[in-house]
Amino acid sequence: MHVPDGFINAPVSAVAGVVAAGAVAVGLRGARRELDEKTAPLAGLVAAFIFAVQMLNFPVAAGTSGHLLGGALAAILVGPYTGLLCIAVVLLMQGILFADGGLTALGVNITVMGVVTTVVAYALFRGLTRVLPRTRRSTTAAAFVAALVSVPAAAVAFTLIYAIGGTTDVPIGKVLTAMVGVHVLIGIGEAAITALTVGAVIAVRPDLVHGARGLAAPLKLRVDGELVDAPAAAEPAPAAARSTRKVWGAGLAAALVLAGFVSFYASASPDGLEKVAADKGIDEKVQEHGAADSPLADYGVKDISDARVSGGLAGVIGVGVTVAVGSGVFWAVRRRRTPEAPETRTPESV
Amino acid sequence: MGAGHAHKLYRHGHSPVHALPPHCKLAAVLCFVVAVVSTPREAVWAFALYAVLLAGVAAVARIRPGFLLKRLVIEVPFVAFALLMPFVVPGEQTELFGVHLSVPGLWGAWNVLAKGTLGVAASVILASTTELRSLLLGLQRLRLPPLLVQIASFMIRYGDVITDELRRMSIARRSRGFEARGVRHWGALAKTAGALFIRSYERGERVHLAMVSRGYTGTMPVIDEVTASRTQWAHAAALPVLALVVCLLGWTV
Repeated sequence: MHVPDGFINAPVSAVAGVVAAGAVAVGLRGARRELDEKTAPLAGLVAAFIFAVQMLNFPVAAGTSGHLLGGALAAILVGPYTGLLCIAVVLLMQGILFADGGLTALGVNITVMGVVTTVVAYALFRGLTRVLPRTRRSTTAAAFVAALVSVPAAAVAFTLIYAIGGTTDVPIGKVLTAMVGVHVLIGIGEAAITALTVGAVIAVRPDLVHGARGLAAPLKLRVDGELVDAPAAAEPAPAAARSTRKVWGAGLAAALVLAGFVSFYASASPDGLEKVAADKGIDEKVQEHGAADSPLADYGVKDISDARVSGGLAGVIGVGVTVAVGSGVFWAVRRRRTPEAPETRTPESV
Repeated sequence: MGAGHAHKLYRHGHSPVHALPPHCKLAAVLCFVVAVVSTPREAVWAFALYAVLLAGVAAVARIRPGFLLKRLVIEVPFVAFALLMPFVVPGEQTELFGVHLSVPGLWGAWNVLAKGTLGVAASVILASTTELRSLLLGLQRLRLPPLLVQIASFMIRYGDVITDELRRMSIARRSRGFEARGVRHWGALAKTAGALFIRSYERGERVHLAMVSRGYTGTMPVIDEVTASRTQWAHAAALPVLALVVCLLGWTV
């Protein structure tokens, strides 16, 4: 799913780049809290793991095989921030070294495959583990569902970006159907492998699975023939709760930013589509597709038929607003990070 | 990493392109790709000029065309997508060899193929003329957050180690008569992935302890600061400036 250069137009690529940079900045801040000063070696090794595990081929049937994308797996195993960071680093290195995915499309790739998959997967996983009983099996099941949804979610995000800034006017309904259809299939494989892998790690080292930190039973001591709770050393649960709130916040912010620039931008791109639709009378078909598949498609089509604003102007405004918002977030995060830096270095919670 | 540890992507050489500082090359490639992407697709000749420019750089860097072409294979999945475009994009139809194709679809396919291929070729030239380590130094020089550069350098440094570990596990599986043939064997492969994760994570902890015992405090000392003279910048700027000229011509002509 690595997007090459020239697939998404330059302004949208730039906006996606800003979104990705903001997400990576948030990830850097969060990862430092998740891992302390161990961040660099641990996140680097986990990135190497993701890189290697993407080479592990899973036979599907009759000679075809797929490989893991790893977004959901990383988020569940090492936490959303570190996971996002690892995927971003893997994508960066793949882009620069292996020419896998264009350099200008790096922002799009990180946004789609890093941000969307990890945030969606981890939010779902957290939500599910909170609802389900606290057992190993439910953790595995939550991992399955999270991975299953995260891959089509990335496909939907890609379609959204394609609808805004795609360089070719393929009907969005068709793109969505094709992308989501294919990625639901990929998602099933991803989900099975992710769940099995998480299960395998939980069986051996449950303490390493970030998503299963709540699973550890409290330590009991037998004092005078009676079981007594041992004095708790460090309670991991509050930390997890805090991080979920941050994840939700980040997801909301990302959604707002996306929606913001979608609504500005949707009016810019459809000129060609609208014309084609009018020429060929395919708009009914597209609408059918959209309504049949998901509400998202519905919105996209609605926006397209509503488009009346002159395209270029709306595009410029959209980019401007998003860049302003994005860089604002970036600066806020950066400024808050600088004074905190000496604090994080003290090993207060190991 | 000592000598003889160069990655297989890197082609050792002493050409002027090899000698340029990494951050100049990174900036040049990025600007070149931006220029390529923002060129209108109707200016077919402009893409030919870009290809000539890249071929010139490759010649100066003494990279054989065969090597370059072999590395372009990475693009194949999206080529397949691009080849589908003329059939699925609605619009004005044309007939080519008795097959109905859509004109906007053909333009779209051309756009993706031309820009994608040029981008891949530029990245390949960058990767094959720049050592991994200096590439990371260049990224740091271009103000990428130091923590991100550290993570990337750990990933590069241990990527081969972890991949080798995965390969050894696969050899161990196969030497015990295991062959993954279908869905039923996913469990074993997932256990491999799980074991690999535990090994990677524990290795990370060991590496961290080893580093702490040698005085690591969260930042890496910069030993060899890469610097670029004005002439080097000027040499590196030749490619993107020419590309920019072509791009502007593409918009006006």
